[in-house]
Amino acid sequence: MIDFSTSPSQYKHWQLTFDGPVATLAMDVAEDGGMVPGYELKLNSYDLGVDIELYDATQRLRFEHPEVKSVIITSAKDRVFCAGANIAMLGTSTHAHKVNFCKFTNETRNGIEDSTANSDQKYICVVNGTAAGGGYELALAADHIMLIDDGASTVSLPEVPLLAVLPGTGGLTRVVDKRNVRRDHADYFCTLNEGVKGKRALDWNFVDELVPRSKLMETAKERAEEFAKDSKRPGDAKGVELTPLKREISGDEVNYSNISVQIDRAGLTAEITVRGPGQAPEQDATAIHAAGVDFWPLAFAREFDDLILHMRSNENEITTWVFKSEGNADFVAAADQALINNADDWLVREITNYLKRTFKRLDVSSRSVITLIEPGSCFTGTLMELVLAADRSFMLDGTFEGSNIAAATLQPSEMNFGALPMCNDLTRLETRFLDAEDKIANIKAEIGNELDAEAADELGLVTFIPDDIDWEDEVRIAIEERASYSGDALTGMEASLRFAGPETMETKIFGRLSAWQNWIFQRPNAVGEEGALKLFGTGKQANFDRKRV
Amino acid sequence: MSKVDYSQKIPNNVNLSDDRRLQRALENWQPAFLNWWDELGPVDSTDYEVFLRTAIDVSGKGWAHFDMVRMPEYRWGIFLADQEEGRKVNFGAHKGEDAWQEVPGEYRAELRRLIVTQGDTEPASVEQQRRLGRTCPSLYDLRSLFQVNVEEGRHLWAMVYLLHAYFGRDGREEADEMLQRHSGDADKPRILEAFNVPTLDWLSFFMFTYFQDRDGKYQLSSLAESGFDPLSRTCNFMLTEEAHHMFVGETGVGRVVQRSTELIKEHDTMDIRQYGGIDLPTIQKWMNFHFSICLDLFGQEKSTNAANFYNMGLKGRYQETKIDDDHQLDNDFYMVPEIEGNKVVMQEIGALASINERLRNDYRDDCQRGVDRWNKTISEAGIDYQLTLPHTAFHRNIGTFADATVSPDGNVISKEEWDANVNDWLPTAEDRAFVESIMVPVTEPGKMAGWIAAPARGIQGKEPDFEYVKFH
Repeated sequence: MIDFSTSPSQYKHWQLTFDGPVATLAMDVAEDGGMVPGYELKLNSYDLGVDIELYDATQRLRFEHPEVKSVIITSAKDRVFCAGANIAMLGTSTHAHKVNFCKFTNETRNGIEDSTANSDQKYICVVNGTAAGGGYELALAADHIMLIDDGASTVSLPEVPLLAVLPGTGGLTRVVDKRNVRRDHADYFCTLNEGVKGKRALDWNFVDELVPRSKLMETAKERAEEFAKDSKRPGDAKGVELTPLKREISGDEVNYSNISVQIDRAGLTAEITVRGPGQAPEQDATAIHAAGVDFWPLAFAREFDDLILHMRSNENEITTWVFKSEGNADFVAAADQALINNADDWLVREITNYLKRTFKRLDVSSRSVITLIEPGSCFTGTLMELVLAADRSFMLDGTFEGSNIAAATLQPSEMNFGALPMCNDLTRLETRFLDAEDKIANIKAEIGNELDAEAADELGLVTFIPDDIDWEDEVRIAIEERASYSGDALTGMEASLRFAGPETMETKIFGRLSAWQNWIFQRPNAVGEEGALKLFGTGKQANFDRKRV
Repeated sequence: MSKVDYSQKIPNNVNLSDDRRLQRALENWQPAFLNWWDELGPVDSTDYEVFLRTAIDVSGKGWAHFDMVRMPEYRWGIFLADQEEGRKVNFGAHKGEDAWQEVPGEYRAELRRLIVTQGDTEPASVEQQRRLGRTCPSLYDLRSLFQVNVEEGRHLWAMVYLLHAYFGRDGREEADEMLQRHSGDADKPRILEAFNVPTLDWLSFFMFTYFQDRDGKYQLSSLAESGFDPLSRTCNFMLTEEAHHMFVGETGVGRVVQRSTELIKEHDTMDIRQYGGIDLPTIQKWMNFHFSICLDLFGQEKSTNAANFYNMGLKGRYQETKIDDDHQLDNDFYMVPEIEGNKVVMQEIGALASINERLRNDYRDDCQRGVDRWNKTISEAGIDYQLTLPHTAFHRNIGTFADATVSPDGNVISKEEWDANVNDWLPTAEDRAFVESIMVPVTEPGKMAGWIAAPARGIQGKEPDFEYVKFH
């Protein structure tokens, strides 16, 4: 089982050090520290294990270190920055593992950009040796790239000529979309095994700055301190320690404090029940800080994040996720209110951003999402996003016969109108009603109101509202039917329907780059017996089918 | 620019006077090279007249011309060994195809990298040795040093020729950068680590020419097998010069050993430092150091790059065509070492991935030959001492042994044990200070420093007391 939880004391591959407002994250991959046997992580090449630590470090930098205003990513190895994803690992991995690995690494790099953009924690990449493929892609996620000018170190994206695959961790997209490298320059660059160095790397904007070897870390430090000056993160605040999550996995159940999962293996379905706050959540910043990881929105975000990662990696035969909720809708509303009222507080901002990233993770997961809104549920504000994120939702109209639990309601909050955008930079409501601002306005007018099934249906928030006579059959059939379709087709269909609206760098990375990559990952030119990825390292040459498709 | 007679200025057999592209490239590069020689070549040497050989031809007889020359006026030439009629690619996936006379597009990057890596070592060694002239043990040795230096310079020319002639603009840029990276430079060091430490004393110089230039021999030999014919021909010719460098190393160390045995017998003690000699354990330490850092130059035991280079037909094994196998190695295996617990064990891996290790083994065996000769000198003097090459796992920084502590006899030991013994195995600051202290220049023709025996004979029929270098 792949476990996504770790902590700095367990890191095998990264050194995290602090110096006032500047943190340094130095990559020092242990060659023999691969997640599974069968490959050596030479030259700072990475596998999922390395990236899990990187993700953990970025999270802790946000939450545990409010004083850190800029982060230097560099390598602790001499003359090598990072050689990218380990090829032997890719060559021996299943298709599903490769896809999951790429998705997670992409999410982590998007997260790094989110830190720079929204956490006031700027990332600087100090490329102190050769950065190839995923190594340069990691650098591309930073806001500022400094390249050692030693006449030898290059940045490169050699996947096409060397491996017959793509720089799929955002490389192709960021080169042209973020760094505005001219497409012809980018084209040349992406076919150069050895990449570019020095002046040309700078002239063509593959890096922001060249620094002599002897001045590298000194200059990096200067730059980091410069960037730190513009940050509004508090220098004297106390961080919130991300203590280990409480998670129990037994057989077909996964249990967290606020989420429970019941897996139906025959039905290929997981029923995921989210519980709202058990008591009135803290309202002012001081109390929120004191509560720390126990503040419900943060606790929920952490558990939900871990759950998605766990289910994606370890339960890939469970193809449909059915969301339910239970709890006091007013408490959820109060939690949202606390986030809105304290939006300027650094910790609250981090929590909101974390919720945002986690819902994005849900959006790009290749699972069908069905949300069931039943009596006793609390799909309010933040949790209403689970309804909006669903491919389909069902809301019980009225109550179940013989039950005294009141009918379900939905309740929009301020959180649904800007704080939790999707990767297309629109809210889920804006994406849902792409050409209809009036419809969004109508829903906004209902903030704080409890909407029954009919009202929710009227406003376009739910797909179907069966009554208790139809409920069981409707829901059962929808789920069974879903499970009967081809997962590949569903993944393609859902990914195409979920992200209406404009393209952003993130949508291009997930929708275009990843999709092409995943296609290429299936093709004989890459993974066939004579494919480049398969043969890499053996010295044997790939034998390509030269036909263009 | 006035018309330059290139055949006079740059001896060559590549039709330089008819090749405009090459002329243009060299016109820019040559002044930069001379400038580099002036700044980073042998110190104080500008006005010396040195008895040097200059390559003027590639034919078996009389390829070299000997004369007194000022080094900056040395005619660095460009020579390729004669083209072999109908030569084929002799190994790898393209085995049996005609050898390439132009760079195959798909291997452009790999070939360039091979040439740049090899080329970078040539000027590096000149930079490393630049101060040695000040402490020469004799004029004969000073001349040897300068001969090695100018020929390393010519080897740089040979590699630059390939870059200029076959790799277009990128090649020209790489050629320029060969002169911009400098040995030990804090900002732009040489590519390979062993070429970034200065050669401070003559014992190191002899060890360098014995061990490091022998690495050069093995690298050049495997490049001489290349399917890219111009590279093959260039390296073949460079090997004829490299042989002399190794001769300087082998006889140099041999003469030190000989002198040491003389002092041991004369004073009836192994402790000859007090008599201005280099004691045998010190020679052993120097050997341990140089041999081990040279082993690193061969790279990782399991290497994807080496496998690719082989399969692509770019870099073969030592004496590839004389090996009796299919020269494709798709289904062959080779043993490479690995550390298991506290033992060095052998493990079988695919032959293609083990190309580096194989070359390293060939090199090790070749190194042993000279050591045997030195030991013969010692035993013939009736002294009970033997020099031994350390185990390949000893003092390594690259590959499977990089993080291990292994004794010279090949036992994996603890960090504590290593720390307790390292001063007996590798040169200490004190050892270096001692060796440097006896490096006093001797510049009277025929005279030798007290720590080294005279050579058996002179150069090119000249007597050992010939004035090989004239100072002005």
